[in-house]
Amino acid sequence: MNGTAGKLTKPALESPSVGAARRFRANWLAIVLLGPAVLLVLVLFIYPFIYGFQLSFDTESGGRFANYRNFFGDARERATIWNTFRLALPATLINLAVAIPLTYRMRRKVRGQRFITGLFVIPMTLGTVLIAQGMLSFFGPSGWFNKTLELLQITDDPMRLVHNRTGVIISLTIAEFPVVFLILLGFVSGIDPNLERAAQMLGAGGWQRFKRIMLPLMIPGIATAFALSFVATFAVFPSAVMVGQPAGETRVIALAAWQAAYERFDFGAASAIAIVMASIEVLVLVIVLGGRARFYRGPSSGGKG
Amino acid sequence: MSETSHPEKRTRARASRFSPSAWLLYAFILFFISLIGGIFSTVLLSSFANTWFGGWLPDSFSTKWYVFAVEEFNLWRVLRVTLIVAVTVVALSLLVGVPAAYALARLNFRGKGLVFLVLLLPIMVPPITYGIPLATMLYEYGLAGNLSGVIIANLVPAFPFVVVIMVPFIEQIDPNLERSASMLGASRFRIFTRVLLPLAIPGVLAAGLLALVRTIAMFELTFLTAGASSQTLVVSLYYATFSAGIRPTQSINAMAVIYMAMTTSVLILALRFINPVQIVSRVRQ
Repeated sequence: MNGTAGKLTKPALESPSVGAARRFRANWLAIVLLGPAVLLVLVLFIYPFIYGFQLSFDTESGGRFANYRNFFGDARERATIWNTFRLALPATLINLAVAIPLTYRMRRKVRGQRFITGLFVIPMTLGTVLIAQGMLSFFGPSGWFNKTLELLQITDDPMRLVHNRTGVIISLTIAEFPVVFLILLGFVSGIDPNLERAAQMLGAGGWQRFKRIMLPLMIPGIATAFALSFVATFAVFPSAVMVGQPAGETRVIALAAWQAAYERFDFGAASAIAIVMASIEVLVLVIVLGGRARFYRGPSSGGKG
Repeated sequence: MSETSHPEKRTRARASRFSPSAWLLYAFILFFISLIGGIFSTVLLSSFANTWFGGWLPDSFSTKWYVFAVEEFNLWRVLRVTLIVAVTVVALSLLVGVPAAYALARLNFRGKGLVFLVLLLPIMVPPITYGIPLATMLYEYGLAGNLSGVIIANLVPAFPFVVVIMVPFIEQIDPNLERSASMLGASRFRIFTRVLLPLAIPGVLAAGLLALVRTIAMFELTFLTAGASSQTLVVSLYYATFSAGIRPTQSINAMAVIYMAMTTSVLILALRFINPVQIVSRVRQ
């Protein structure tokens, strides 16, 4: 990321004044080029959060913290946090459990690598709404999935796979798998294959190589994938309504926020819930990505390292 | 190819193809294909089904549900809105994102890491989380509930996405080319438009196409900011699933097929220019 730019803008030999002038010009250019982008983020991303934060304390009665007290004081509202955890955590763990061995296998060239990665990207772009809509028929009581299970005599009666927690977990797993897979693949393929070869030459077996060499090097990737996938699934919304049970066990926190804003028109309460949701997400990101730093952090790519 | 390759290489390739881990990999891929393919095919078959009562296949086929969907869901208007929103968002995102990516890839300045982090936030934070305060703010200023609100809201994740895709693309262009141009007396602007931009065109195309798919597929932000006449296809699809009792499922599935066709064709086009790993791996910084 750096390096090339430094050489381009700061030649080694030059008088201090010329250097200062050049640096000034580089800064000026950076402001011109980056200004619109940074301004847009500030106005359309940072400011709305500040606005919502203020709005959440702007109450007519019950004191400044009324919106937060109402949320945490109401068992039905409070339960949405737990409801969301019970969807986001299983979906994320399932995806990691599948993606770790898969990407580990794909660290070396596999036939049709490009095709496989392209294939796994599809659900990401279809989006949760379409997956949920398709699931209603496919995983329904007379859908192909249940028909196949009956044909193979795995089950006698159709399984209930939609309009409950299972349905939402399935939809989140399908929708988030590409992200987890691609993040891990990016990390694994960045690990220098010589490290593994060296271990092999020193007599390490396959399992030992995975446990002692590759897994520790993959931990930062796993942590990143876990954090991003958990945060993304924690904000589950359309599929919780479409293939879940939005009045009961899959009444997620995003739905609570939406109902406050668009059904009760209580924007202060909605902002408060959104702030709670954002805080949980940031907390997970900070804990997991911060904890990542405690593991090995050094060159794993060889060569340039 | 395999006929002419080295015999030792050939046996090794065969060995890896038939190892248990390879079988497991291909078994999983087969399972994944059958899930995604099953969902796809169910929707597709249903949209062409006259009626479909619980059998493996529909009883008879027709295209009448497409005609029905076009009228019932006001599909032409929805498609027009979707295209206007997506194209405008992508154009603005490229306009803002490409210069920003150039600065992040080529210039050194204080606070670069912070700028990068700030630009990553709208991608890492899920849209529904910032969408609710954003929509509240836009409604307060009278900007939501119409086309402009949908475009503004969709810009938020789109242009940082363009930046994240474009930075590695620009980094991999040999800086010596720019140095030579500079030595031959070209100004920075000229270097940017005559040397860098032509070389970065595949990256710009890929970033634009991926941003296009993501905007077409963006449910949450459009859902929160759209009025009755500014719904995009995915939002209409969401509302339509709740009218399943009133309108036949086949007509809803017909709309889903149109949506699928739109996103997958743009995606396949985009994948010609970019390796999928590049879409996400940059997030790790």
